Amino acid sequence: MDLTATTTVRRPVGEVYAFWRLLENLPTFMEHLDEVRTTDAKSSTWVASAPFDRKVEWEAVLIEDVVDERIGWRSAEEADVPNQGTVSFVLAPDGVSTEVHVHLAYEIGAGKLGKAVAKYFGEEPHQQLDDDLRRLKQVLETGEVVRSDGAPWGKRARKEFPQRPAQPLTADERREVLGV
Amino acid sequence: MRANCWAGRNEVEVRDVPDPTILNSRDAIVRITSTAICGSDLHLLDGYVPTMQDGDVMGHEFMGEVVGVGTGVDPARLRVGDRVVVPFPIACGACGACAAQLYSCCENSNPNAGIAEKMFGHPLAGMFGYAHLTGGFAGGQAQYARVPFADVGPLKIESDLTDEQVLFLSDILPTGYMGAEMCDIQPSDVVAVWGAGPVGQFAMDSARVLGAASVIAIDKEPYRLRMAEEAGHIPVNFEEVDVRSRLLELSGGRGPDKCIDAVGLEATHGSAHIQAFDRVKQAVRSETDRPHALRQAILSCRSGGIVSVIGVYGGVVDKFPAGAWMNRSLTLRTGQCHVQRYMAPLLRRIERGELDPTRVITHRLSLEEAPRGYDIFKNKQEDCEKVVLTP
Amino acid sequence: MKAVTWRGVNEIGVEDVPEPTILNSHDVIVEVGLSATCGSDLHLMGGYIPAMRAGDVLGHEFMGTVAEVGSGVTKHRVGDRVVVVSFIGCGQCWYCRQGLWSLCDNGNPNPGITEALWGQSIGGCYGYSHALGGWAGSHARYIRVPYADQGAFAIPDGVSDDRALFASDAAPTGWTGAHQAEVRPGDVVAVWGAGGVGQMAARAAMIMGAERVVVIDRYDNRLEQVRTHIGAETLDYEEVNVPAELREMTGGRGPDVCIEAVGMEAHHPGPQYLYDQVKQQMRLQTDRPTAVREAIYACRKGGTVFTLGVFAGLVDKFPLGAVMNKALTLRGAQQHGHRYIPEILDLMGRDEVRTEHLATHVMPLDDGPEGYRMFKEKEDGCVRAVFRPGG
Repeated sequence: MDLTATTTVRRPVGEVYAFWRLLENLPTFMEHLDEVRTTDAKSSTWVASAPFDRKVEWEAVLIEDVVDERIGWRSAEEADVPNQGTVSFVLAPDGVSTEVHVHLAYEIGAGKLGKAVAKYFGEEPHQQLDDDLRRLKQVLETGEVVRSDGAPWGKRARKEFPQRPAQPLTADERREVLGV
Repeated sequence: MRANCWAGRNEVEVRDVPDPTILNSRDAIVRITSTAICGSDLHLLDGYVPTMQDGDVMGHEFMGEVVGVGTGVDPARLRVGDRVVVPFPIACGACGACAAQLYSCCENSNPNAGIAEKMFGHPLAGMFGYAHLTGGFAGGQAQYARVPFADVGPLKIESDLTDEQVLFLSDILPTGYMGAEMCDIQPSDVVAVWGAGPVGQFAMDSARVLGAASVIAIDKEPYRLRMAEEAGHIPVNFEEVDVRSRLLELSGGRGPDKCIDAVGLEATHGSAHIQAFDRVKQAVRSETDRPHALRQAILSCRSGGIVSVIGVYGGVVDKFPAGAWMNRSLTLRTGQCHVQRYMAPLLRRIERGELDPTRVITHRLSLEEAPRGYDIFKNKQEDCEKVVLTP
Repeated sequence: MKAVTWRGVNEIGVEDVPEPTILNSHDVIVEVGLSATCGSDLHLMGGYIPAMRAGDVLGHEFMGTVAEVGSGVTKHRVGDRVVVVSFIGCGQCWYCRQGLWSLCDNGNPNPGITEALWGQSIGGCYGYSHALGGWAGSHARYIRVPYADQGAFAIPDGVSDDRALFASDAAPTGWTGAHQAEVRPGDVVAVWGAGGVGQMAARAAMIMGAERVVVIDRYDNRLEQVRTHIGAETLDYEEVNVPAELREMTGGRGPDVCIEAVGMEAHHPGPQYLYDQVKQQMRLQTDRPTAVREAIYACRKGGTVFTLGVFAGLVDKFPLGAVMNKALTLRGAQQHGHRYIPEILDLMGRDEVRTEHLATHVMPLDDGPEGYRMFKEKEDGCVRAVFRPGG
């Protein structure tokens, strides 16, 4: 499965590149990614939430790193769902903003796991990536992921209707959402 | 706290709901001192705007006192104790749209952007009390409201102007003003405004302060036309005269140079994109009986003129006169109001006495009386033009 | 003299008609050198534009040599090589003075028809039905050119006939679109339609400093022309999802300016008594529904959608909700060519605008019916059939 998505962030190319290059930042805007740990100059461990409350973990290798231009990575050989991605950073025509172009590729097998993964992405795999980039933009431009009352879940914001009503959160909901 | 909530189609109810708290670091909590019912609330009430849910707190025109701020709000911009008017579009101040002062197109303030994007090709900004399509933010017909990006939007009121003088800076005064501003008004212009509701009245007043030669009010409610006439505008009752002929008469046969549609949401109906939602039938109903104002504005406008649309539309319209638009070199300008752009300059116009927003207020009710307010406003009873609620 | 005429719905003939004579002092008679078919002629052929009569001489895009000069003409002499703008503007009325030449108050002796259709009449156009004045067209040996000091332009020596021909309509129509859509340096511009007008709009946008220009069509040969002769990028809408591709090309923003050069899509009969080809129109509606709607959907928030394609009546399912909520500006126009043609001829002389590739099929008047058939069917890669009345 191949996915592409793009957004324009009103921050300098160098800043957007640097934010992405610090892979630990990715979970702040990628919905299903819980954690990224850099293990050495080229390697990192990625932890994502998977169906049925499970976690999946895989090693990723940096395969391309051109400062202020492009970052590429792929999963190490033993990954359950082999995947790779590239992100490129291009100065937008306004001379101020950065266009972020992402390309992701997943090798989804035909077996049970493949089916589970396909289901996980749902009918609109694009939507998840689009929403991830929207949150990247929010984080870089405004400092955090925006929460409304109807959709207060931060990076897990996308819920189909019905949402909770657009009225303030109860104390319990607030604890659940913010963890405080 | 008490809040006026949507309780299903054509029903609002004042209920007990939790008090708002800070959810994002740049939030403020405002204790509301005055709030209003807007014409667009009626579209929500009817269910014409999809994605309303039972319990949604209504209201997007409000002001009050800051009682709490998040850690990310710069104290130089806003502090506890400040008296503020809150603009209805929520804008981050940092994205490309905000940089271009297109605040109602803010790219970051709507957590439900994916839904709006399917309908319109691009997401809309977040808005208070305006369905989940625009974010699902609790509204301002309540005792308190959470205000995101509080260091960007709210306008501090530091003079002794009354609430009633400044409340409408939150929406309808800037909306009416933007309607006139989009017309690039020249001193020789005849400007016609369809709809003499509060937004229409402010569009008329704004056209006048921007220098129009004459301003025409088109409506059918005698009390609204009377209100426009008392403010110095020329009334035209579309139930009594042929509007096109009357407009030609009032413009030396040319047609009005600039036309403003302050009616909106007519002739809209559910597009394929809206079908994902559950209001299609309701919306389709509206297609047949409300097509009039915009079509008439396009057909009446002088060739090469500008038609400015500030009435709210949600879906698609039929029988759009593209032939007239294209062949007669018309320009259509529109948008949800970029309120933040207009608040400070309009406040100065109020202070100088050039605009008197209080002239449209006909009813002052308590928050508890909100359902009655919706009722009389919707049915145009008791000569209702504008309802202000006090929590 | 010989002329290509409209004989009835989808029936083109060649017949003998009287030679034109000077009727007003500001007329000249032009001996036609080249006269092009235009996409908008197809609407006439099909009877979609009201008020065609059997025997009407077709053609509105032409160049030639001045053969006779009226007593009031000051700028032209017999023997001058000229290109003539397709719309007839008097140069004196309010509209012409504003540069809105296609809206001329005095160029259309039959204003009643377009007034009924569009609210107000527009100017006249050669060979374009009695609704636009009933002026005899240019697919003939000679044509009368009224207001010749305004409408005829001397062709510089370095510009060939087949290049200058398209300074009559295709190029100035494209310039009208790009200029009035306010293309700015740095903009991304998308153009729907790779016919002559679309190509010229793309070229105009490039010359006005657009950062990227993308032309959308489905015909390989036309897209190839765009790449080779115009220098713009292309998208084949049968191969890619256009809105998605435009998003990708613009960092998710969408094009700043969208120019529609297809026209008459999804249009609706409107005042039906003026039309007699309703069924054909309904058929049209099914296969050409997308360009304006797609442009509105794709355009960036706060951007401009400009319609150059010809519309006659009303369109259904017009996405006004997206227009309003995305704060788009919609503009449209017939060409105001008088203000752009001198610049275009200058650019042609400097080889910055090339148009001769558009004339894929040049033929004598006798082949008129065959030329229109090829043009309509896009047979043999036909972009424009061009008649050479001199043989």
